[in-house]
Amino acid sequence: MRVFTAVFAIASGVIVLLGYFFPIAQLDQLRLQLIDWAIIIAGMAVLIGIYNLVAVQMEKIRARQKGSLYGALLILSLVITFGLGLVLGPNDPLMRLAVDAVIVPVEASLMSILAVTLIYASIRLFRRRIDVTTVLFLLTAVLFLLAIMPTPFGPIPGDWIITQFGGMLSRGGSRGLLLGIALGTLLTGLRVLFGIDRPYGGN
Amino acid sequence: MIGLSLLLLAALLLLGLTLWRRRTPATLRVIEAYERLNRSVGIAVENGTRLHISLGRGNLFTARGGSAFAGLAMLRRLTERTSVSDRPPIVTSGDARLTILSQDALQSGYRAAGAEEQYRFSTGRLTGLSPFAYAAGTMPIMRDEDVSTNIFIGDFGNEAALLTEEADRENTNLIAASDNLSAQAIFYASAQDPLIGEELFAAGAYVGAGAAHEASLNVQDILRWLIILAIIIGAGLTVLGAPI
Repeated sequence: MRVFTAVFAIASGVIVLLGYFFPIAQLDQLRLQLIDWAIIIAGMAVLIGIYNLVAVQMEKIRARQKGSLYGALLILSLVITFGLGLVLGPNDPLMRLAVDAVIVPVEASLMSILAVTLIYASIRLFRRRIDVTTVLFLLTAVLFLLAIMPTPFGPIPGDWIITQFGGMLSRGGSRGLLLGIALGTLLTGLRVLFGIDRPYGGN
Repeated sequence: MIGLSLLLLAALLLLGLTLWRRRTPATLRVIEAYERLNRSVGIAVENGTRLHISLGRGNLFTARGGSAFAGLAMLRRLTERTSVSDRPPIVTSGDARLTILSQDALQSGYRAAGAEEQYRFSTGRLTGLSPFAYAAGTMPIMRDEDVSTNIFIGDFGNEAALLTEEADRENTNLIAASDNLSAQAIFYASAQDPLIGEELFAAGAYVGAGAAHEASLNVQDILRWLIILAIIIGAGLTVLGAPI
C-alpha cells in the first residue's frame, strides 16, 4: 500500500510538472484533472481538520484539563455557526453578523496587541544580543517608521533619502533572501518528487 | 526553457550529490539555532518535557508549501529521536491539509523507531483556520502542555509575534524560521538564535535526516553561485550597453 501511495504521488507530481512545461493538450487535460481531484481532497481535508479540532477539545473536556471551558465554548460556537451556515447559507445577514460582530473585532483586537508585542520585542532585542546587525536592524526599522509615518508637520526633512537609499538596500536584501528561499523550495520539491521525502506517510 | 534547464540541472545535481554524500557525509558549518535544537531534544527527553513543533499555515497548493514540507521532514526525524520519551511532541498547524500530513509524519517517525503504538492522532493538531485563530489556539498549548522547547518552522505571518511572545513569557527555548519576510523580521527580534533565509531548508540536514538533505544544501550553494554569476554578467552587459 505504501509503495502504491509513493508511486501515485510521484507520478501525479511528474505529470503536473510536465504539463506545466510542455503544452500538450492531453497532458494538460490530465494535469487539470489531477489538480481538480487535489482541490476536492483538500476540501475534505478541512472537514477532517475540524473533526480533529473538535476531538482534541472533547478530550480536554472529558479529562477536565485546564482551559476545558474554552474548549466547550469553541465546540458550542462551532456547532451553532456550522448549523446556521448550512441552513441559512453564508450570505445570510445573520451569518454576516457572526463574522462582522464577532470574528472581525476579535482579530482586530489581536492585531492591536500585535503592535505592542512588536515594540516590546524590539526593545528586548537589545537585552538579548547587541551586535552590528542588531543595531542596523533596529536603526533601519526606526528610520523607515520616521520616513513613512504621518506627522502633524508633514513629512520629515530628507524622508526621500531614507525611502530611496534605505529602500534600495532593503529591497536588495529581501531579494537575496527570497532567492535563497526559492532555491530551498525548489530542492524540497525535488526531494518530494523523487520520493526521498514522503510527507504523505510513504516511508 | 531557462526554468526547465535549471530544474533539470538541480535534479541531476541532487541525484549525483546524494549518491556521493552517502559515501562521504558532509561537514556542516555550525548554525547556533540547530545546535540549540539538538541540545533541546536531548534535554526534553531526559526531563520528561515536550517539544512543541508548529508548522505554520503554508498552503500546499502554493510555493509557501515548500517551507511546510521542510518542516515535515524535520518533524519526522525529531519524532524518531524523541520516541523514547514519555511525553510525545505536539505538532500544531493552521492548515487542515498540513495537519493531516503532520499526523502522517508523526506516525512515520514512530514506525521508523519501532514504536508505532505510541502514536496518538491528537498530538497533531489543527489550532485554527485563520492566522490569528491559529495563534490563539496555539498559545494555550505552549502554556499548558509542559513544553520546554518551541520550534516554529514553516510559513507564518505577523501572528508569529504573538507566538514568540508566549514562548518568551513561558521561558522556553525558541527555534524559529520562516519563508515569509515579515515573520523572519519578527523571529530575528524575538528568537535567541534566529534562522535567516534559506537556513530554514537546512533543518533536515542538521537533525540527521539523511544524505539527500545534505546534498540539497550543496546543490543550493552551487545554484546560488550560478545566480550570482548571472547577476554580475547581466549587470556588466547592461553597463556595456549590450542587448540582453
